[in-house]
Amino acid sequence: MRKTMRLLAGAALALGFAGTAQAQVLFWSTQAKPVQETQAMRDQVLAGFSGKVDYQPQDDGPWLTRIQAESESGTGSIGVLGALHGSFLGISDDLTDLSGVDLGGVKVNANYMDLGKLGSSEQKYLPWMQATYVMAANKKALPYLPDGADINSLSYDQLIAWCKAIAEGEGSPKCGIPAGPKGLKHRFFEGFLLPSYTGSMVTKFRSAEAVTAWEKFKELWQYVNPNSTNYGFMQEPMLAGDVWVAFDHVARLADAINNSPDDFVAFPAPAGPAGRAFMPVVVGVAIPKTAPDMAAAQKLVAYMLQPSTQIATLKATNFFPVVDVDLPSDMPPSVKASGDAIAAMSGSPDALPALLPIGLGDLGGKFNQVYVDTFERIVLGGQDIKSVLDDEAGQLRQLMIDANAPCWQPDAPSDGPCPVD
Amino acid sequence: MNRRLLPYLLLAPATLFLCVFFAYPFLMVAGEAFSRDGQLTVANFQDMIGNWKFPATLGNTMLLAGTVVPLQLIMALGMASVVTHLERGRGAILYIFAIPLGISDLAAGIIWLAIFEQSGFLNSLLTMMGIIDKPIQFLGYQNKMTIFIAVLIAELWRATAIVMVILVAGMGLIPKEYNEAAEVFGASRWQRFIKVTLPLLRPSLQTALILRTILAFEVFAVVVALSGTNFPVLMGETYHWQFELQDRNVAAAFAMLILVISIGFTLFFTKALNVPKEARI
Repeated sequence: MRKTMRLLAGAALALGFAGTAQAQVLFWSTQAKPVQETQAMRDQVLAGFSGKVDYQPQDDGPWLTRIQAESESGTGSIGVLGALHGSFLGISDDLTDLSGVDLGGVKVNANYMDLGKLGSSEQKYLPWMQATYVMAANKKALPYLPDGADINSLSYDQLIAWCKAIAEGEGSPKCGIPAGPKGLKHRFFEGFLLPSYTGSMVTKFRSAEAVTAWEKFKELWQYVNPNSTNYGFMQEPMLAGDVWVAFDHVARLADAINNSPDDFVAFPAPAGPAGRAFMPVVVGVAIPKTAPDMAAAQKLVAYMLQPSTQIATLKATNFFPVVDVDLPSDMPPSVKASGDAIAAMSGSPDALPALLPIGLGDLGGKFNQVYVDTFERIVLGGQDIKSVLDDEAGQLRQLMIDANAPCWQPDAPSDGPCPVD
Repeated sequence: MNRRLLPYLLLAPATLFLCVFFAYPFLMVAGEAFSRDGQLTVANFQDMIGNWKFPATLGNTMLLAGTVVPLQLIMALGMASVVTHLERGRGAILYIFAIPLGISDLAAGIIWLAIFEQSGFLNSLLTMMGIIDKPIQFLGYQNKMTIFIAVLIAELWRATAIVMVILVAGMGLIPKEYNEAAEVFGASRWQRFIKVTLPLLRPSLQTALILRTILAFEVFAVVVALSGTNFPVLMGETYHWQFELQDRNVAAAFAMLILVISIGFTLFFTKALNVPKEARI
């Protein structure tokens, strides 16, 4: 009798395990890593899904290692992948085609859908959410705006004039760049400053236009708070009042705007002669070919793109929707402010999207370092612009060859490594 | 149990530990420093030295070690003498002096950052006392000298106690008779310190200097917290190459350089402050 009971209990337990293993989709993601964001993803975003989801955020390294291991062995437990556009490039062959997934009439940003094909004819990933960098200003800085300048369509010259006026009016420079060790200054040089003048991130690195860009930046730097070289997240000096006008990632400005929504405004990045360059960060969801339950995974992917999920995701992670959606009025002030700024920036007639570096693999850090070194040598070290650019261009060229990385937007597509003129 | 084997058996766990956690990783790092893509090469060292930041990095590290260690030695000698001569409250003073030892170096860096930054304690204090109108940027990139001084102060505060603790122990070992004899012959306090205490303290000085110099070349968290990348030092660059530039080979080359410098100074102090066996107390 006892034996039978034990057997039954064992069987029930086994069944139970089998049941959960089947019903739960493992969502393997590089996004929403901070504990609070992870919790919000689980409690607010994924709780509404009809099936069960196990959301597991990871650093890029372990994320990639596991998906590679699963695809090599041919069997896997990961159901859905979430990552930056660039992270999917290396595992493109391991992803299923998502063009057949029923999204229920949701209208997804067409540019981003194109990106999701990763240059193939299949829909390798579906865009999931996006973010970018914007400018933010303390309202006390607004009276110093140069005559005739529209804050939603500033040029770099107007920004310089503005920062100069503030510095002279207040007695100390109050513009800020996240140029500290943890700051994202390299993104400013790669995706905003240089392409705005050259229309290129890599190819025209040492062109005459690039020299102009750095001259302009040096001019701007005179009116930038020198403590910028210690800033990581611009929300901190903005809240402290040390900085009035700043550039940073939307997520790194959010605290300032949320803390005192009436004191701050967000606005698009400035434009140069080649356009209003900006760097969109596109995050996608994909399904590996080794997914244990393809139907459940597809259902989850479709769920992630529903407008209500997109809004919940925005609240949880500060990443913005990629589908057509009306933002409800109860959104945090930072979301409202940056959402408008992003819309104005990406919708402006001179908009020039410059994508995050693609295909560099573990050379990404060295790629950024080229731009950071260029900045430190020209602006902080006062070295000659032309000779620094020539020197660093050599490093950049070698990196592109080592990584064998073809050009990405806004540079023209290339056969073989992206050339540096 | 074979009595002759016993000492070796007792040493075995520590030896094994050192082999697994020191010798083996060391050999791996050395291998990485001298190879790239499986080829034996010195290219990593060329990359390291050829980097535009390298001269400043090496110079800063040397300058910092060359200033911090002598200053700490002088301060620690003073503190140790005071502590040794105290009749009462010796334990309490020793504990108070040693408090910074219990704080991690990153935490120490952050404490001093809170003091020196633009809206930090020092600026607030100076503004409150009416000495300055607006905050001074102590840690701005153009004030290399103030950054250096800030790092220097933080390092002095943080790590002088370790030298002091070693010297206090050393002073405790010096028999009182020597000092008393010198006193009888009319030596002043200063003469006794120079002629009696210092020479007899040589073994402790040697230990303290070796330990402190090696630590000075490994200085990292305090510098990063206070200066970011404005004051590059060898250990910071090692970290940078390893984790941000993801180039383990050049990072390993930096690690080897730090090792060579540390070994060099250790040998120097071992020789310079050598006390023959028969001359030890």
